[in-house]
Amino acid sequence: MGKTLKETIKEIIRKHLKNKKGKVFGQCLTAVGWVGGTLPELYEKDGMIELSMADVAGGGIVTGSALMKEKPIYVIRYQGFNWYNAPMIVNYAAKSKEIWNTPCPVFVRGIGMEGGIGPVAGSSHHSLYYRMPGLKIVSPMTPNEYKKIYDSFMKDNEVYYVSEHRGSFNNRIELKNDIKGRKDFVIIAISITRFEAIKAKEILEKKGLKIGIINILWIKPLKVSKASIKCIANSKFGALILDDDYVDGISNSIANKLSHLTNKKIFTLGLSDKSAGFHKRVDNLPPNSSQIVKKIISLIRN
Amino acid sequence: MHKNLRIKIFEKASLCRHFETNAYKFSEKKLIKIPIYLSAGQEFISASLATIINDIYKIKPLIFAQHRCHSTYLSFGGEIDNLIAELLGNYRLSNTKCMGGSASIYSKKINMFGHDGHMGTQVPIGIGACFTSKKPTIVFMGDASAEEDYVLGALGWAATKKLPILFIVEDNNLSILTEKKVRRNWDMHDVARSFKMKGFNLKDSPREIEKYKKFFFKEPMLLNINTNRMFWHAGAGKDSDKTFDRYLKEKKILGKEAEKIDKKFNSMVKKLWEKHLKKQ
Repeated sequence: MGKTLKETIKEIIRKHLKNKKGKVFGQCLTAVGWVGGTLPELYEKDGMIELSMADVAGGGIVTGSALMKEKPIYVIRYQGFNWYNAPMIVNYAAKSKEIWNTPCPVFVRGIGMEGGIGPVAGSSHHSLYYRMPGLKIVSPMTPNEYKKIYDSFMKDNEVYYVSEHRGSFNNRIELKNDIKGRKDFVIIAISITRFEAIKAKEILEKKGLKIGIINILWIKPLKVSKASIKCIANSKFGALILDDDYVDGISNSIANKLSHLTNKKIFTLGLSDKSAGFHKRVDNLPPNSSQIVKKIISLIRN
Repeated sequence: MHKNLRIKIFEKASLCRHFETNAYKFSEKKLIKIPIYLSAGQEFISASLATIINDIYKIKPLIFAQHRCHSTYLSFGGEIDNLIAELLGNYRLSNTKCMGGSASIYSKKINMFGHDGHMGTQVPIGIGACFTSKKPTIVFMGDASAEEDYVLGALGWAATKKLPILFIVEDNNLSILTEKKVRRNWDMHDVARSFKMKGFNLKDSPREIEKYKKFFFKEPMLLNINTNRMFWHAGAGKDSDKTFDRYLKEKKILGKEAEKIDKKFNSMVKKLWEKHLKKQ
């Protein structure tokens, strides 16, 4: 049996610290749990650097470290914290190469989670980074995807925003696209919604529909294969993009791009346009399989 | 203070002063078309520090500054031609291909890193660079930038890590035109001390600055240096005709030798600006 995603991340970070003499920055890294089991039990002498709780300053300190060609990894334990951690990453690190010809590559691990954790800690917030130039956004949900992204970062000199999700940390399975043959409808899934997309496909296929699946790993620049574009273009009813963020961001933007490329209607489904509360009645969760099924059936009927 | 050292500092200050008076003139004539942030009046801070750090200690620090940094760039040995080109919009000669403008001066030659335009970000970024490289680092900020929450948080971390870093607050008492007493009831040297780093409040006189050189880069230290901005926050204009001018005072103290230096740089800098303007 292969490694889980969290074991894979832990191993990558161990090698980054021990073999490449790199640094990992973040808050409360060495606390109980070691960020969902994704960090090796190493300390400051090994390059695991505990920042203070000053979020905005922390992003700046990591940016400065990246200027010294260190390729630091910056752990942001909940993606919502990016509202305070992102300013110097997006305004300095991401622009440094373009303005001063000085690369400032940071590997930002933004970790999503939801369910009873309220309006700040919950969900993914990758759309925050999306509108800014000079950085790449990815959302790996499998061990091989994560390895590829890390290797790509180490060869590159850009800022990477890596949109992770705790819900995927125990995953061992590689997720594949299903784009063969003419589909009635195509699901394009980002982040944790990729797992619910598979369940929704199974339910819909039992109802006699042919459903395609396209997994989005590279959000910016958007990487969708020609075969995937063809699959959407040939579909009977179009496609639905799923995201773990509000739809007024990445998903509506990608929908616009793909609708131009395929001449098909591309719909979106993500978080509701409301704040998340702690109680399950007032939470704001990513779309689950029954919501996805309901949405697709209503789109096909209309 | 030894007279030779004071003369050396005056030379750097003279270069900066004549650069800025020319920039003022050409901005007024609209030959400089971008916003400019002139450091005239404040030049003895960087002139003194650069003379001590570069010339006496032979240290080439990492430099992080923000807007109003022409004097920092020139004092630490930045190429004057590149800076004129930046301000005049000469794409070919500018260090940043005219991306940086007046507010974001960059020079690989002198280890000066660019600034993103958000006040005070150079403080945490400079701290991160110092932490990782362990190289002597100097970070300039204004009295207004010092108020940014992320500056304060970052200072605390630098103190905790005991970095070889020197923080310079160029305290001209103004944020655009709002005085410090309107904005706060605390002082930066006190803040530094509360973070358990050395913190001092002083005037921008070379003699005063020199007193603290023994502490440079041994551990984190903050100098809040009281100074005066001769010109507007941005562009060509004066806040007041009564502003104290350290340059005139030093020139008077140093006498004929300073007058000679002043004339020399006046003529040299003017010629350089004219050479660039002819190419426009």
